[in-house]
Amino acid sequence: MSCEEQLRNGGCLASRKGAFGDGHRSLCNSLRQGWEIAGIFLSFIKPFRISQEREPRFSQRRGGQALEQVARKAGESPSPEALRRREGQPILTAGTVLPAFFIIGLIFIPIGIGIFVTSNNIREYEIDYTGTEPFSPCNKCLNVSWDSPCTCTINFTLEHSFESNVFMYYGLSNFYQNHRRYVKSRDDSQLNGDNSSLHNPSKECEPYRTNEDKPIAPCGAIANSMFNDTLELYRIDNDTRTPITLIKKGIAWWTDKNVKFRNPTGDGNNLTALFQGTTKPVNWPKPVYMLDPEPDNNGFINEDFIVWMRTAALPTFRKLYRLIERKNNLQPTLQAGKYSLDIAYNYPVHSFDGRKRMILSTISWMGGKNPFLGIAYITVGSICFFLGVVLLFIHHKYGNRNTSADIPN
Amino acid sequence: NLFEQFHRLANVYFVFIALLNFVPAVNAFQPELALAPVLFILAVTAIKDLWEDYSRYRSDQEINHMECLVYSRNEKKYISRYWKEVKVGDFVQLRCNEIIPADILLLSSSDPDGLCHIETANLDGETNLKQRQVVRRFLELDSEFDPLKFTSVIECEKPNNDLSRFRGYIIHKSGKKDGLFKENLLLRGCTIRNTEEVAGIVIYAGHETKALLNNNGPRYKRSKLERQMNADVLWCVLILLVMCLFSAIGHGLWVWQYGEKKKPIFDVPGPDGKYLSPVLASVYLFLTVIIVFQVLIPISLYVSIEIVKICQVYFIHQDKDLYDEETDSQLQCRALNITEDLGQVQFIFSDKTGTLTENKMVFRRCTVSGIEYSHDDNAKRLAMYQEPDSEEEEAAPKGGTVSQRDSICSHQSIKVIHRSQSTKTHRRTGSRAEAKRASILSKHTAFSSPMEKDITPDPRLLEKVNECAKHLEVMRSHEQPLSHLSPELCDVFDFFVALTICNTVVVTAPNQPRQKVNRFELKSPVKTIEDFIRRFTPSRLTSGSNSSSSSSLATSKSMHRFGLSMLSSTSTDSTLLKLEEKLAYSAQMNNNGYSSQQGRTAGAGAPEEGELRYEAESPDEAALVYAARAYNCSLVGRLSDQVSVELPHLGTLSFEVLHTLGFDSVRKRMSVVVRHPLTDEINVYTKGADSVVMDLLLPCSSDDPRGKHQKKIRSKTQNYLNLYAVDGLRTLCIAKRVLSKEEYGCWLKTHLEAESSIENREELLFQSALRIEKNLHLLGATGIEDRLQDGVPETIANLRKAGLQIWVLTGDKQETAVNIAYACKLLDHDEEIITLNAESPVSRSNLQSKFSNNTIDGATGNMTVGFTPLYPPSSSVLSSLGLVIDGRTLAYALEPALEDKFLALAKRCRSVLCCRSTPLQKSMVVKLVRDKLKAMTLAIGDGANDVSMIQVADVGVGISGQEGMQAVMASDFAIPRFRHLEKLLLVHGHWCYSRLANMVLYFFYKNAMFVALLFWYQFYCGFSGSSMIDQWYLIFFNLFFSSLPQLITGVLDKDVPAEVLIAVPQLYKSGQNMEEYQPHMFWMNMIDAMYQSLVCFFIPYFTYYDSEVDIFSWGTPITTIALFTIILHLAIETKTWVSIILFFFVALVYNASCPVCHPPSNPYWTMERLMGDPMFYFTCIISPVVALLPRFLYRTLQGTLFPTQLQLGRQLSKLSPETRSQLLTKLNVKETICQTRLFADSFSPSLGSNASDSYKANNQSTPFQMVSCEGTCKAEGFEPGVKQAISSPKREAALLSEVISEPTSHG
Repeated sequence: MSCEEQLRNGGCLASRKGAFGDGHRSLCNSLRQGWEIAGIFLSFIKPFRISQEREPRFSQRRGGQALEQVARKAGESPSPEALRRREGQPILTAGTVLPAFFIIGLIFIPIGIGIFVTSNNIREYEIDYTGTEPFSPCNKCLNVSWDSPCTCTINFTLEHSFESNVFMYYGLSNFYQNHRRYVKSRDDSQLNGDNSSLHNPSKECEPYRTNEDKPIAPCGAIANSMFNDTLELYRIDNDTRTPITLIKKGIAWWTDKNVKFRNPTGDGNNLTALFQGTTKPVNWPKPVYMLDPEPDNNGFINEDFIVWMRTAALPTFRKLYRLIERKNNLQPTLQAGKYSLDIAYNYPVHSFDGRKRMILSTISWMGGKNPFLGIAYITVGSICFFLGVVLLFIHHKYGNRNTSADIPN
Repeated sequence: NLFEQFHRLANVYFVFIALLNFVPAVNAFQPELALAPVLFILAVTAIKDLWEDYSRYRSDQEINHMECLVYSRNEKKYISRYWKEVKVGDFVQLRCNEIIPADILLLSSSDPDGLCHIETANLDGETNLKQRQVVRRFLELDSEFDPLKFTSVIECEKPNNDLSRFRGYIIHKSGKKDGLFKENLLLRGCTIRNTEEVAGIVIYAGHETKALLNNNGPRYKRSKLERQMNADVLWCVLILLVMCLFSAIGHGLWVWQYGEKKKPIFDVPGPDGKYLSPVLASVYLFLTVIIVFQVLIPISLYVSIEIVKICQVYFIHQDKDLYDEETDSQLQCRALNITEDLGQVQFIFSDKTGTLTENKMVFRRCTVSGIEYSHDDNAKRLAMYQEPDSEEEEAAPKGGTVSQRDSICSHQSIKVIHRSQSTKTHRRTGSRAEAKRASILSKHTAFSSPMEKDITPDPRLLEKVNECAKHLEVMRSHEQPLSHLSPELCDVFDFFVALTICNTVVVTAPNQPRQKVNRFELKSPVKTIEDFIRRFTPSRLTSGSNSSSSSSLATSKSMHRFGLSMLSSTSTDSTLLKLEEKLAYSAQMNNNGYSSQQGRTAGAGAPEEGELRYEAESPDEAALVYAARAYNCSLVGRLSDQVSVELPHLGTLSFEVLHTLGFDSVRKRMSVVVRHPLTDEINVYTKGADSVVMDLLLPCSSDDPRGKHQKKIRSKTQNYLNLYAVDGLRTLCIAKRVLSKEEYGCWLKTHLEAESSIENREELLFQSALRIEKNLHLLGATGIEDRLQDGVPETIANLRKAGLQIWVLTGDKQETAVNIAYACKLLDHDEEIITLNAESPVSRSNLQSKFSNNTIDGATGNMTVGFTPLYPPSSSVLSSLGLVIDGRTLAYALEPALEDKFLALAKRCRSVLCCRSTPLQKSMVVKLVRDKLKAMTLAIGDGANDVSMIQVADVGVGISGQEGMQAVMASDFAIPRFRHLEKLLLVHGHWCYSRLANMVLYFFYKNAMFVALLFWYQFYCGFSGSSMIDQWYLIFFNLFFSSLPQLITGVLDKDVPAEVLIAVPQLYKSGQNMEEYQPHMFWMNMIDAMYQSLVCFFIPYFTYYDSEVDIFSWGTPITTIALFTIILHLAIETKTWVSIILFFFVALVYNASCPVCHPPSNPYWTMERLMGDPMFYFTCIISPVVALLPRFLYRTLQGTLFPTQLQLGRQLSKLSPETRSQLLTKLNVKETICQTRLFADSFSPSLGSNASDSYKANNQSTPFQMVSCEGTCKAEGFEPGVKQAISSPKREAALLSEVISEPTSHG
């Protein structure tokens, strides 16, 4: 099969190196999978063509007639599929899979190194501000309730400057946002701006469905438990606190903001009027239409809200809070130096041993800092390489026996 | 059939889960969604069942709408009605060759004697004709039977399934009672033969008929695999429960740790605002988790298996190798759910007649008075049938062939006479086409394929016959006594006479049954008188043997009269008078009857004779009669007391049959007592098994030369007989005894007494027969071949190589069975044979001791064939024992006390042969093996007598041959020929089994793996029962994503190509030993699934740990990874490397499902977003690799270091044809080495592997040896295969040419 075409389809990497044994197909396939998923939207037809093209070529090589005879002998209709199938029935022996192991090893190790290096280049800074420790500035706020803010300030120093755009996260630990009943406790159609749902939310929202006989506007437990700490970042430069501009838009998925979440519609754009007849969630200090002064970030389409509503997969998670954009090319986004974090501490996590963190991080093409994948790749690659060597040994020692192998009675 | 579906536990379970979803407290998914898969499954199953029901309905319709003539009171005549409309009390008229629609009491018959012949092949597989009688009083009505006048009341027993019993009585208007017996009953399913028209009243109809009552409803057959699978499903349930319990406890603890006071904000209280107590929460959670984890029980497994099986059946249907052009039938799969059992069969129970053999007897050889006539031509002809020599036919034009043949024949034979010409015509017009035509014809009449009919006479013998006939003619014209004939010629003559008359063959003409015979009856003066007298002869009322003729012996007249008066009080003087008259007539006839008949026969009779057809109780009788006809000694008519034989030069001779002493299995012979028309002597012709007849011969003194000569003849004959037996021919001895009138008179007296006695009649008759069958004069012996079907020995050999044990259960007598067993290589001559024959229950204990003897210290003292001292007893017992057991002994052996011992013995035998077994016994044997040995059994048979066996066995195979369709109807698979069994089992069985086994395992694996993912997640979501995988994926995972590729491989996967499977039958053993699906494999799979799911879970977990990922953006990669892993796993496991197409298929479905889940539910745009994230790909790449690494490695190492046979087979298929054939021959050689050197232990693992090891060692060390080895094996093992391959296309070509040339040759 033509390599060009393969590559165009994001095809098999291995085939670039020429024709390999059948065993490669496993690797080939596994590589292909990824690419194919990507390419599938573009052209999932093409590979079909490939596979069909490939078949006559194979059979030619082995003598098409003989193959056909074989198929006829087998008594089943010599459908092209059957033929194709017949052509690829490798027996997994050391000999056949040997190259696959080496290839996997050779490919994985560079990938792993690449990922690892990238991950290491990511700057990340993390502050735990839960305040459980007595010396923590936020210790005083430990037993806050939802609506009585308590502010505390944490100073910190960045050792290295953050060159590119910085993402500011808040992280929660031991917070089971993935609890089954919690996850369900929302009304998507209400959030999508459906007026009837607005006034009559889904039963899933119980017991946060109504409050004092009024429907709760973003109903449900998720909305009710929205993270409501406010974080502000200052750069301390010679004892002057310069606030750092935190961009609060663009942190949610575009589709969420524009498709999934919508404010209720009606005459006029006055959200207060639109949310008439509903009440705020129990824990919220203020109703949903007062989340943000800007109208395109208010109500259900408030991005902080949207981000919160996307429930985290694991009990330890972070959520994007703000963006810090790089001003110009000359200066890093965040220079190394002293900073202070002002926290309006509202959100109680102490009761369930939760932790709260603030994270500053740059990101790369592969997302946030995570050395795991790189290490995994390197490890797997090495193991494969090692196994390849072992198999080579085995093949050398026992492989010959196989070629003349017989069926023991 | 919804209700039926819920009988399946699984379905109930799934519905229960779906309903559970409607309970708000525990629901996991949208209730409607959860219902979807269940509904889908139910729908698919329903459609499948509907289709099956419909086809069944159609076949029922077909039978129900067969037509028959039923008397209608309104129209006062017989009108045609459907079978299903036949009711009890209807009068039914049946014509010849019609199938009887219900159990009918015979009230009238066109036969003057009120007889009706039926063929019961459909019921018991016996193709002979049985006589049924009109109810006695109706026989006396001289007018045509008129249903309107029928006023009697019939009382009979309730419908039961005893075919051989019927009791009842008929009360006439006059108040007289008549008993009804089974002789009066025509059973449904039988066929009327030789009787033009019968009428009767329906006694039992529909389901009450004995035939249907005998048809036990088909057992629902569940395959072994399925049973095992069900066990594993239960395990799965257990695992599920454990997992659920674990989760529930975990959740309880989790809830509990937060205590009452500090409820976290993410723990959502119930609708009433109250938090659940830990205990209650865990109880609820338990149920929830059951729903979430339900995937573990593969919901689609059952339906997938069914779909796969249907597809498999379809492919088996498509197999052209299983098509038989001769009968134009192909394989039918009638049971859809046990295809994989074909791959696991351990025991084959085979019927003999019609299954192994063609059920066509062919006369092969004979020896007369010590001189053997080998019938080489005949053998050649038979060979021609087997491999029609197409080249000759093709090359030479027709005329040339004929002349060539003519010359061959004529230079040997003295005279080319009409019949041999007809023989030649048959030959010329071509064997195959003819055979085909005849086989169509023979569906209507039994035993008349050209193979049996045409016998090329041995020239020498023919010469002698002619000479003898000439002599006779001369002698008769000169009124010379017969004794002038040389003893040898005399023997020849008598031999053929015996062949012709010593039987119970019925003569018919093919097209108008009985017409010809009728004409004879009319023309023959004797006949009318006979008839006349007969009507008043009371002895015929004594029924039973048709030897009733109290005929015309002057010498025994007084005796006879005495007998008559003794027997019958109704005999009057007039009877006696008539008797006298008749005697006079017959005497006259004897003197000049033949001359008058001679002219007629010469004129009109001759051309028609070729069309005469003989219908006999057993096919070998027919074969003998045909053989005699080839020597111009043909049977032209048989009446109950007279046989007409046409002889060359002599014309038709009528032998008066005085007595027929029927065949019975104890005496193993039959005799007729006739009066010789030429000499007026009373001759006893006996035909019987050699073993008995030889003992009954007249002891000859060695003094006088004649005696010496006799002795010589005898020893010669015995030699020939042994030779025949070795050739696998059925041997019969023909002997004769000349009785003096005094002797006869003496005997007759006792015989009549015996006949008339009521108690011990059988016993007395037996004694009486013994008395006359002695001091016999040996005439000769015959060898008849029951021709084996094509390829039977090869098939048996191959099947045996595949590790199948073959038992033959036959209703035939022991000698025949043993002969056939030898012929089809079931028994080997160097095999020891244990014969178990117990005569009476008394010998039971004896038998018991025999059993114990056999089982304990080998077969000492009980074997009939020599015991080779070379091998230690134990091993010889292991390898080459044959067990022959007859029906009676079998009955004892099947008693509970003995069956274990019997089995223990039988298990050690290489082959078991049960003779004279009844259908019930057959099924009992099968059942015994099935239940006691827990073995997979396959029963194959063609006749209705095999039905019960077929039904009992795990797999029933019917041969859609000649004996009706009952076996086929009862079977799961129907094949046209025995040899097709080989491919059916070795190839399709193997495939089906390995496919299904793999599929089932894979199903368990993939579901376990998937559920384990969810389970791991529970640790990170507080055991709250939430899932990171979207509910749509979760629910349809089973239905679509993972099942489809599996289905496709399940249908198409061929782990080893067909030709290798055939060439290396040993591969079949993997199925027998359940290698592909063993309990430990289930657990291996489970562990592997756990490992893989751990990998698939934790790689994404660590990758996305402490990131902003939300549930479904995280769950989707996991799903993807899991899918890839699962599919790649499939690629490793099954031998088909699932090509990219499947990936695309899955991906297609995968993506297509996304718009479906579009409504503003959670996973919107998740996939699309992930597509843009390189991390996704990196995770997706590494996880499957890591997950599959161990298995891959394991397989690799296994493939390299400890390859299984199947893997080797696969490897074999990869090789180029040349190397493959080389390897195969090597294999063959190795086997022969094994067999010769270690024959005794070729199947014992230790020595066998030793041999192969040593062989391997040879192989490695010296390539030269190998080469030489190959050279020899090419000579030995490879040739037959090549020959076969060549011969088959030839045959086709020959057939073709014959079909083309047929019209010309006829014109």
